[in-house]
Amino acid sequence: MDIQPIFAALRKHRIPAALIVLEIALACAVLCNAVFMIGQRIGEIRSPNAIDEQGIVDINVQGINPDTANADIPRDLATLREMPGVSAVAALNMMPLGNNSWNMNAATSPDQLQSKDTPNVAEYLFTRGGPDALGLHLLQGRFFNDDEYADSKLGSNYLPDAHAALVTQSLVRRLWPDGNALGKSLWIGKNNRYTVVGIVADVLRPDTNGGENAHFLSAFFPVSPAAGMQDYVVRSASQDRERIVRDGVQKLETLSPSVVVEGHSFTEIRDKYYANARSMVWMLVLVCVVMLAVTAFGIVGLTSFWVGQRRRQIGIRRAVGATRAHILRYFQTENFLLSSAGVAVGMILAFGINLYLMQHYQTTRLPWYYLPVSAIALWLLGQLAVLGPALRAANVPPVVATRDG
Amino acid sequence: MFGYYIDLALRSLKRTPVLTGLMVLAIGLGIGASMTMLTVLHVMTQDPLPGRSAHLYVPHLDPLPLTYQQPETAPKPNDSLTWPDAMALLRARRAEKQAAMAGGTLLVTPQRAGLQPFDISGRYITSDFFAMFGVPFVAGSSWTAADDLAHAHMVVLAESLARKLFGNANPIGQTVALGNNGSAPQEFRVIGVIRDWAPKPLFYEDSAGKPYTDADKFFLPLPTAIDLKLSFNGNQMGWGHSDGSWRTSPVVSWLQFWVQLDTPAQVAAYRQFLIDYSAEQKTLGRFQRPATNARVYSLMGWLQHENLVPDDVKLQMWLALGFLGVAMLNIVALLLAKFLRRSGEISVRRAMGARKRDIFVQFGIESALVGVGGGLLGLGIAQIGLWSIRQRPDDYAHLASMDPSMLFVTVVLAIVASALAGLLPAWRACRVPPALQLKTL
Repeated sequence: MDIQPIFAALRKHRIPAALIVLEIALACAVLCNAVFMIGQRIGEIRSPNAIDEQGIVDINVQGINPDTANADIPRDLATLREMPGVSAVAALNMMPLGNNSWNMNAATSPDQLQSKDTPNVAEYLFTRGGPDALGLHLLQGRFFNDDEYADSKLGSNYLPDAHAALVTQSLVRRLWPDGNALGKSLWIGKNNRYTVVGIVADVLRPDTNGGENAHFLSAFFPVSPAAGMQDYVVRSASQDRERIVRDGVQKLETLSPSVVVEGHSFTEIRDKYYANARSMVWMLVLVCVVMLAVTAFGIVGLTSFWVGQRRRQIGIRRAVGATRAHILRYFQTENFLLSSAGVAVGMILAFGINLYLMQHYQTTRLPWYYLPVSAIALWLLGQLAVLGPALRAANVPPVVATRDG
Repeated sequence: MFGYYIDLALRSLKRTPVLTGLMVLAIGLGIGASMTMLTVLHVMTQDPLPGRSAHLYVPHLDPLPLTYQQPETAPKPNDSLTWPDAMALLRARRAEKQAAMAGGTLLVTPQRAGLQPFDISGRYITSDFFAMFGVPFVAGSSWTAADDLAHAHMVVLAESLARKLFGNANPIGQTVALGNNGSAPQEFRVIGVIRDWAPKPLFYEDSAGKPYTDADKFFLPLPTAIDLKLSFNGNQMGWGHSDGSWRTSPVVSWLQFWVQLDTPAQVAAYRQFLIDYSAEQKTLGRFQRPATNARVYSLMGWLQHENLVPDDVKLQMWLALGFLGVAMLNIVALLLAKFLRRSGEISVRRAMGARKRDIFVQFGIESALVGVGGGLLGLGIAQIGLWSIRQRPDDYAHLASMDPSMLFVTVVLAIVASALAGLLPAWRACRVPPALQLKTL
């Protein structure tokens, strides 16, 4: 296909040609970033979380009397443990993806200043049976032993006096890049030192903002029952969850009338946490679909106008021997050239927008493969949009050329 | 002439119903999406206290050590005050009015039969709070600075809570039993009832709250709350070791502080006072950072500093505007196609003496009509968009609705957008030379 005549024709229709290029460019830029955001959000919604998400129920108790907490909590846990179908229980200070969040700055030596080397880490505390109740995956080392739970009181600075800690894989990567963390010391400030006894697979923290790299920076400490341990984690088979939430809340309310009890299965907590991200995804998808449709209509409208303008030229070409296929291919090639120009401009725009978003919002760099993918998508869209008008052009009878007008 | 052009435009639009429909739909969707997001931004960034906000300021001190590095994920400790600093500013009385405050949730044990104990959120404040923020009282009044010092057991209730606790009886002088969950409640005497009052956003909250949904239902003296060890909400942020209770520690920040300053001179003087105070604390060895870090934020400036609008909302607004851009380009393309197809009609009118300007106006009106249609459709789509946002679980979701000014902006935006989009096609159309077209008719 000789593209020389196409360029000649386009030069005569500068404005409509420029409009099509612009429209495709703008659509390409916005779409790339929207699709990228959709991908990021879906990745977030599907974050892995190495606990038994299907089998965990969280029963949150507000208002345990601090003076009697060390007796009340074991009593509550024993009551929950007796329910049929329950395989493990423990009291925690907070839940992954929950509303309550304890954080600290962790370091590998006591004199490290608060800086980039001391990441902000989620501080999980649990009573005996915690690893089992959560369903933690041990990768290296061991879980805590009974003495470590019994000797650990919660200090006034919200840190346990334990000497042992479990850390997630991500935290190991962050603090000990060589991967040797077992037996090493984890320091919180100058006075609190913990020995890493085990490494567990990544568990999400209560609030996952602050960039993707921080979502899994968590450490776990043993603690004896104390005020502040307000989340009872109850593990069972997933079909028993609803019953355990209902009965567990009721049992605890009758045990101590002055507390406020709320129960949720972990899947509910997770769904609620990601509800916003999900609605954002739907909105972005809707915008993408509508934008594609609008762009396609624009191309259809402009090409139809063109075809209408050039009926005579088409008639002449047909009269001097061009087949219908030639005419069809002419318009398809023309559209392909315009789309290509649009994609080229659009990609520059897309990466520009992406740079701006990277500076102002928590996004990462647009991956390179968006370029070929969006180019193919927009070429296809353009070809589909041009098909109708091009077919109509191909159907122009040669006799048109002989008429005056 | 104008009426005639409208008539012409309507006829021309009726001739191509599909194309017209597409144009109206495109601009309607673009406008609808943009206005949905603009409205959300508008309600999120509005002035929470019109008329008073210009006189309200936040003193900002920097007691953090030089070595402290702000982790990205954590709240900023220097956005709240420590107890010693808050008390020092309160005692200095350098502003027209000043109040320290912190949020709390307490368990109310009602005396009325048939009412279970329930949790209620409120605020521990010092006495200037009501007068400074202009909180409307329906009965009784605030306590005094002397009551603050005396750690008085007094409480001011919101009307809805007073009604829930006492029905139609006069609540003034009654007692309310409030306390931490799980410990014995304390008796407080009701000395005032305010009309339910919750500025949106609740500007005096710290970053841990939900500024668009939270509302305070009770208010009691801050020193009393410290005394009784009542439980606090919000961020408690420490950066060192100190003995004794964290509440009064010089290295734990958790209090909010607001001042009223009426003139620019007062603002400047207050900032100087904060700098002098910081310098003094530096010589005492408590502060390490430059004294000039101390500053005064205006209310609206503080909201900006707090960055209440989530990134998602801003991103969605950019996306909606990008979408509007695509829709406008599209309209330019379609109108161009439409107008230039009518070159014959244009040249007849030109040959009969119409000036270029007349042609331009005629086609401009046609574009504006498309705009009006798109604007009306956009209004409908924006209402649907806002309705869907109201179904979301976000803190700000329930506020998403249009006020008259936004309605007006929508229609104007639609007309301006499509008139702009019609400019180029109309300009091209009026440059159609008359003679050439007549030949081929």
